[in-house]
Amino acid sequence: MTPSRRDFIKTAAATVLTLILPGNFNPVRAKTKPPVAGNATFSKNNIAHTLAAKRWAMAVDLTKCTADCTDCIVACHTLHNVPNFGNPKDEIKWIWQEPFSVVFPGEQHAYSGERLRKLALPVFCNHCENPPCVRVCPTGATFQRADGIVMMDYHRCIGCRLCMAACPYGARSMNYRNPRPFIDRINPDFPTRAKGVVEKCNFCEERLAKELLPACVEACRQKALTFGDVEDTRSEIRLLLEKRFSLRRRAHLGTGPQIYYLL
Amino acid sequence: MLEKALKGKHRYWIWIAVLFIVITVGFSFYLRQLDYGLGVTGMSRDVSWGLYIAQFTFLVGIAASAVMLVLPYYLHDYKAFGKITVLGEFLAVAAVFMCILFVFVDLGQPSRVMNVLLHPRPTSILFWDMVVLIGYLLINIVTGWIILSCTRKEIPPPGWVKPLIYLSIPWAISIHTVTAFIYAGLPGRSFWLTAIMAPRFLASAFASGPALLIVVCLLLRRWGNFDAGEKAIQALAKIVAYALAVSIFFVLVELFTVFYSGLPEHEAPFFYLFAGLHGHNNLVAWMWASTILAFGALIPLIVPPLRRKTGWLALACVAVFVAFWIEKGLGLVIPGFIPSPLETITEYSPTGTEIAITLGVWSAGLLILTLLYQIFIAVRSDLHVAGDTLDMKR
Amino acid sequence: MKYQKWSLIILGIVIFIIGATFPLWYGKGKASVPPALELSTPEIDQLAERKCVEDTAFMRANHMKLLKAWRDEAVREGKRVYTAKDGRTFEKSLTGNCLVCHSNKENFCDRCHDYVDAKPTCFDCHVVPGEVKK
Repeated sequence: MTPSRRDFIKTAAATVLTLILPGNFNPVRAKTKPPVAGNATFSKNNIAHTLAAKRWAMAVDLTKCTADCTDCIVACHTLHNVPNFGNPKDEIKWIWQEPFSVVFPGEQHAYSGERLRKLALPVFCNHCENPPCVRVCPTGATFQRADGIVMMDYHRCIGCRLCMAACPYGARSMNYRNPRPFIDRINPDFPTRAKGVVEKCNFCEERLAKELLPACVEACRQKALTFGDVEDTRSEIRLLLEKRFSLRRRAHLGTGPQIYYLL
Repeated sequence: MLEKALKGKHRYWIWIAVLFIVITVGFSFYLRQLDYGLGVTGMSRDVSWGLYIAQFTFLVGIAASAVMLVLPYYLHDYKAFGKITVLGEFLAVAAVFMCILFVFVDLGQPSRVMNVLLHPRPTSILFWDMVVLIGYLLINIVTGWIILSCTRKEIPPPGWVKPLIYLSIPWAISIHTVTAFIYAGLPGRSFWLTAIMAPRFLASAFASGPALLIVVCLLLRRWGNFDAGEKAIQALAKIVAYALAVSIFFVLVELFTVFYSGLPEHEAPFFYLFAGLHGHNNLVAWMWASTILAFGALIPLIVPPLRRKTGWLALACVAVFVAFWIEKGLGLVIPGFIPSPLETITEYSPTGTEIAITLGVWSAGLLILTLLYQIFIAVRSDLHVAGDTLDMKR
Repeated sequence: MKYQKWSLIILGIVIFIIGATFPLWYGKGKASVPPALELSTPEIDQLAERKCVEDTAFMRANHMKLLKAWRDEAVREGKRVYTAKDGRTFEKSLTGNCLVCHSNKENFCDRCHDYVDAKPTCFDCHVVPGEVKK
């Protein structure tokens, strides 16, 4: 579902404001210069103040997610300088919408009702427990963190694209061209990528380091996305998963995906 | 011995010049690719490997085929192959060289290629592929050169060459097995997720490699003043015949498993290849051409009176080579990506730039092959020995 | 020894010596001025003490090593805080730390890089403040 240009600019502006306003009150990013370079208060904002977890996961509530909304996509792509090349060949996407029938192949049948057919589910990197992309990477450019996030090190990637072949979810995109000219508005607080490397959703690990939730979670106006530590028995996501029925994509492959779709 | 490559007849130099021109053109297109990015190729988000990796996959097989000369001669004393093991080893050198080049031109950030050595990841099959390919290149270039050098000086080769040659036998099997494992270990790509991937690779390698060798030997007999011997060529032809039959059998076995079980995810890529899928049929004509060539080549290779005729043999070998170039090239790489994990069909066609770079790399490999074979021919013709009985194994 | 061969050999040796010593004598007598770095930016001028992460000599010699260590520690290990030798703490970030003070890349970073013909690829990805407005 591509938003109209007007909607896009409105959502983008609102998103950027929402995202930077908390940051402006955050001493780490304060633009008022300290008298000495090197913020003494910075040490307060170190690891102790990072959001930490044993395994980060996301629950997508399909009863709340509406097909005609793209808030999460716009927020993510704006914040992370995801380019828009304007053609499906070079396309780069970290989060996008797909119909139920391809997200859960084989689960939709000829007699499935209207509601199921009309669903447009957000799909992203599943940050698997047992990620095949990490297994095949020859340089360790993609690696798994202790908290479960499957990371990309854009400095090390040689662009061999074996990870793209290995991913069973089609979650990864290659920079077949220099992305800079195709970013609508560069967010200076996050790097762009260069041509020749593979990129994907990073569970907003740079925001987690500042005690902020992922951009998509914050931007969702229906509050359909719940992000949390799935191994914390008292986390919101854990309680949701225990209460409601959830499906994961292609779970039989043994990858252990950490995006749970609540039906 | 290198200086022997600098002497040749007119047609030799014209061939070298043609190769240089194609290399230069390919290189200039590669500079364009370096500047713009891999977007100059036909690859897309859905089909992230294309012509380059297809050539790499096919050429690993050609490289492995040297073992089909080395094994009978060194393990089983099949004297007819004695004269031409060096030809096989040199072919392996040229083929592995092309493999490495094709991987290199396929990289998005080639300046970082050393990261594979600086930050090795043994869980990655690509890491092992690099290890075995470089090892195989070194083994073959050393053994081929030493053996030829000793032949020239008419002395027995040094003692340490023998174990190296023995090592090249399992090593040849390993390079193609490891390459097959790159594909066969990916859980999300049902077209590749089959245990028979490695056996298929080996079978087609042992058909296409020796087929190329036969063609080369026929050419050398016609224009290079070197006769490999009818016994050797016929033996090679029989190897091609058997390997071709096994390859075809393996594909038929795949078709049974896929279509009798009826799993839609496994059927879809085969439908795409042989019948087209939802109107997308870029590869259908190619695959049927490959099938017809493969089956057609079986007949002259199996029927002895036809096999003994140079014309039929050459035709059959070219057919085998082309059939597997299609089947183990684009016919293997592309259907792994069609349909995509989200069931979309994005077709792939190589662009002009991609083809130019590919031809450039092929020419670079053919240049290496030409130079090495020219040295070989020169050494052989210098010898003036009844080479059939020259025993290299002392 | 044929006479012609000797002259060729000497010619070859002379050409080699000229070529091999080229960097030593070419430009001698021409003053190649090391670049003047513009250390005054609005952000730096506001500081009470003009101190970088480490002292100038260290930064001049080791800033690339430091940045490489930072990038591996920040990206791969999640350790985003750097403690300088004198105890001050910084975020390990090129755009978010170094370039905040050194906001004049063209008159600072580029001057030395152009002089020694170093072409760091950092800025392909890391946004230079001022080049992009929020």
